[in-house]
Amino acid sequence: MYDIIIIGAGIIGTSVAYELAKYQLNICVLEAENDVSVGTTKANSAILHAGYDPKTGSLNAKLNVEGSILAKELCEKLDVPRKQIGSLVIAFSKEDLSTLEALYERGKQNGVADLQLLTAEETLEMEPHLNSEIFGALYAPTAAVVNPWEFALALGETAKINGVEFKFNQRVLDIQEENDFFSVITEKGSFKTKQVINAAGIHAEEIHRLVAPPTFKTIPCRGEYYLLDLEEGETVNHVIFQCPTKAGKGILISPTTHGNIIVGPNAENIAPELINTGADIANTSMGLEQVAKGARLSVPTINLSNSIRNFSGIRANTDREEFVIEKVIDDFYDIAGINSPGLTAAPAIARYLVDLMAEDGLVLTEKETFIDERTRVHFNDASIEEKQKIIKENPDYGRIICRCENITEGDIRQSLRQTLPASSVDGVKRRTIAGMGRCQGGFCGPRVVEIIADELNIAPTEVDLDKLGSRILTGITKEVN
Amino acid sequence: MAEIICIVCPVGCHLTVDEENDYKVTGNQCNKGAIYGKQELQNPVRTVTSTIKIKAGSHPRLPVKTSDTIPKGKITDIMTLINQTEVTAPVSVGDVIIPNILDTGVDIVATRSMS
Amino acid sequence: MYDLIVVGGGPAGLAAALSAYENGCEKILIVERDLELGGILNQCIHNGFGLHYFKEELTGPEYAERFIDQLKNTSIEVMLDTIVLEITEDKQVHTMSKENGYQLLQSKAIVLAMGCRERTRGAIQMPGSRPAGILTAGAAQRYVNIEGYMVGKKVVILGSGDIGLIMARRMVLEGAEVLACIELMPYSGGLTRNIVQCLDDFNIPLYLSHTITDVTGKDRLESITMAKVDDKRKPIPGTEQVIDCDTLLLSVGLIPENELSRNVGIQMDQQTRGAMVYENMETSISGIFACGNVLHVHDLVDYVSAESSLAGKAAAEYVQQQNNIAEKDFLTINNGQGISYILPQKIRKENVDKKVDLYYRVNQVYDTCIVSIQHQGEELAKFKRKNLAPGEMETIPLRKKLLDKVDIKELDIVVREA
Repeated sequence: MYDIIIIGAGIIGTSVAYELAKYQLNICVLEAENDVSVGTTKANSAILHAGYDPKTGSLNAKLNVEGSILAKELCEKLDVPRKQIGSLVIAFSKEDLSTLEALYERGKQNGVADLQLLTAEETLEMEPHLNSEIFGALYAPTAAVVNPWEFALALGETAKINGVEFKFNQRVLDIQEENDFFSVITEKGSFKTKQVINAAGIHAEEIHRLVAPPTFKTIPCRGEYYLLDLEEGETVNHVIFQCPTKAGKGILISPTTHGNIIVGPNAENIAPELINTGADIANTSMGLEQVAKGARLSVPTINLSNSIRNFSGIRANTDREEFVIEKVIDDFYDIAGINSPGLTAAPAIARYLVDLMAEDGLVLTEKETFIDERTRVHFNDASIEEKQKIIKENPDYGRIICRCENITEGDIRQSLRQTLPASSVDGVKRRTIAGMGRCQGGFCGPRVVEIIADELNIAPTEVDLDKLGSRILTGITKEVN
Repeated sequence: MAEIICIVCPVGCHLTVDEENDYKVTGNQCNKGAIYGKQELQNPVRTVTSTIKIKAGSHPRLPVKTSDTIPKGKITDIMTLINQTEVTAPVSVGDVIIPNILDTGVDIVATRSMS
Repeated sequence: MYDLIVVGGGPAGLAAALSAYENGCEKILIVERDLELGGILNQCIHNGFGLHYFKEELTGPEYAERFIDQLKNTSIEVMLDTIVLEITEDKQVHTMSKENGYQLLQSKAIVLAMGCRERTRGAIQMPGSRPAGILTAGAAQRYVNIEGYMVGKKVVILGSGDIGLIMARRMVLEGAEVLACIELMPYSGGLTRNIVQCLDDFNIPLYLSHTITDVTGKDRLESITMAKVDDKRKPIPGTEQVIDCDTLLLSVGLIPENELSRNVGIQMDQQTRGAMVYENMETSISGIFACGNVLHVHDLVDYVSAESSLAGKAAAEYVQQQNNIAEKDFLTINNGQGISYILPQKIRKENVDKKVDLYYRVNQVYDTCIVSIQHQGEELAKFKRKNLAPGEMETIPLRKKLLDKVDIKELDIVVREA
């Protein structure tokens, strides 16, 4: 019997797991897929928002601003790539300038530090490639970019080190209310728990319906992106937003923590039936065109032909204006509708929920020891002397597998052995960035498959690209007769 | 008159072959083209390249080829035999792996050395 | 201290090293990242190599082995399983390997021969989902030919570059079904002979002026949608056709792999995406040379070998200080009408013996045409050519006589219908 089962291992599930791991509780995270952060957490703009966007006084505003500060601490503590590069909201007209003033005031009231309104000249000095016809910008120095899957992974691993169990490939099919506990039934088994936290992202409404009539409606909203080659890394130095208008929030252009440029997203509501068909996270020519057109408004010279990847993500929008963080029935909580700025707010959302549960009577006794740190080998950032030392200790670090990003065999093997290890090529990619570079795994793919097969002691034909069953190889040659 | 593209070398000459006139070839830049043009209409031949299984080699497959061209119609049968064959390293480039395949007078030979 | 370090042990690196050796260079090192020499030739098990260089038809591995064998009688050193992480302007080479760890090697000259990589799905903005079963033709070629794995059973090929065509035939011979080869342009990107013997021989349809407008499949590819494109390469609504398949191989172009060159500050050519080079394959940094697919993408390895021999010889001369020609005047060769790129881009007259071979690609298909060398509109030389296509690299000689005739700073190469 668990004290708490958390359904979903995205940024919310892992944030909650991390927060609850501080207390003497028996916790299990059930994830439908084979890794952490494979839903919305995987495919978004990767921005830690400053907090001028949500309406003053709203829950979202509070959690955004608090989350932004917590995320900074966590990234430092848990060794997560985060770069505080600041953001600029660009005005393209006089009307936009008054919107910016309103955002500035709102931000100040929300408690966002160091906001500044800039003239066109000041803005262009900071960002020379911007459209020269801009009218000015709102500068938020506290905005940052983060590696979102590493963020979730760090939180999850820290939770695991402190005793939280993680079970993958456990899609929840049913939840039965017994006398004083729940039976959570998955594809693989049944798990008893006193309390349930529904952090199932885009599937949160489905999970909710297993125990109660719906209190919100999910409106999945797709956003498409371009990821540009490192060569385009100079395009912009800050997160560049467009001034929100009635037509929408505009297209952003931002450096990533790794130095690529991310461009997107558009916003397109899609049919809920498409979820989990592959078509939900498909790219469309129309969507990509929208993104391209929007991006050229901010940076007319942006070189989208040097794209190394297109992708799209699903926002878990609902018919509510705010995040849904509430008790559904006794001992069952929803965290749903976590759209932007959910990545930023996640640590604050977790704390908010834990407070809510404590108010409802959850006994929180702190553990005597809580390991609140995490470090990784940063081979690429090491000095030549350090590299020599690392290779001497473990020669696997001497062999480059991913030549675009200089990822070594040592890095890849480590990703398959770490606290929450990778189990697929994309899992390795998220942990090491092997295959994330310009050749997109063209060269290293076969080598990574070989290493995964070796580490997991399976045949290369059993290695998955991403989710369970997404096999890359279909057999061996010479077996046709 | 038949128009074909010569595949003897990467130049890819556009050949015209006159069936009425002893398969006279025009458009070729070398004599090989003349021979190819005539043969392609009478009895087309190809070189087959593939791999065979190899034990104890640095890779699990050894590249091989037909030592000369074989009739185009025999490609499938030759592949069947190639797929059934397995060798053991070491092998040297040019080693005969399957002699006189399908009585064509052509051998299957290794196209690299492997230890 | 090495006289020459060659980065890459594929066909370009091998030819450059051997040529440098033959021209008197003594301490030569080839650094190769793979476990064996030969580069991409090892997986190119098809024939068609060597007709120019060896005057006989060889497969890729045979062609490579000829060069590797020649190394045995030389003092050329080879480091396998070793990556070059960085080179510096003063010819320091940072290498790393399991065996030797991180090393700094000093050389007098460097030849860059890193080859190229394949364009991927990300570069072509292909719509649709992103399941397993979509990979580059070259990655598939490695799996099938070297490692002995099948990558699919019902295959569609996007792009008609040579690797795609070759893989179409390979997949069929290994028992797969190849349903279509789809090409965006109205002409093929590969050699004509490969269309004949890889597609036509196996009744694989080639759809010119077509593209892929959708991809479906959650875990594994299930289908693609193909549509005809108009003359602006935009899909024509109503022409869509769904093809059920489990594998899509991409053969949509190759890009020279120039991270090392760029990081050391070598001047690049936007068209070739390789280094700008002088007549002897020397880059903008004296003593650093480039050749093979890292310089520009070739369709024939024979030309790679020839070009690389030139680079190796020049590197040897540089080491022996026979040609310290950095300060001399040069003339620039410009792409004119109909030419997508030309190489070398700069020529130092004093360094030309009898002629310089200019390599170029046209930017559209020409039946019969004139390739002309012009100076400010005046035609200095012309060459009649037939059946030129962007997929096939061509060459014209630029003779010393012509260079001597006039005092010129620039030449334009122009192609026109005859």
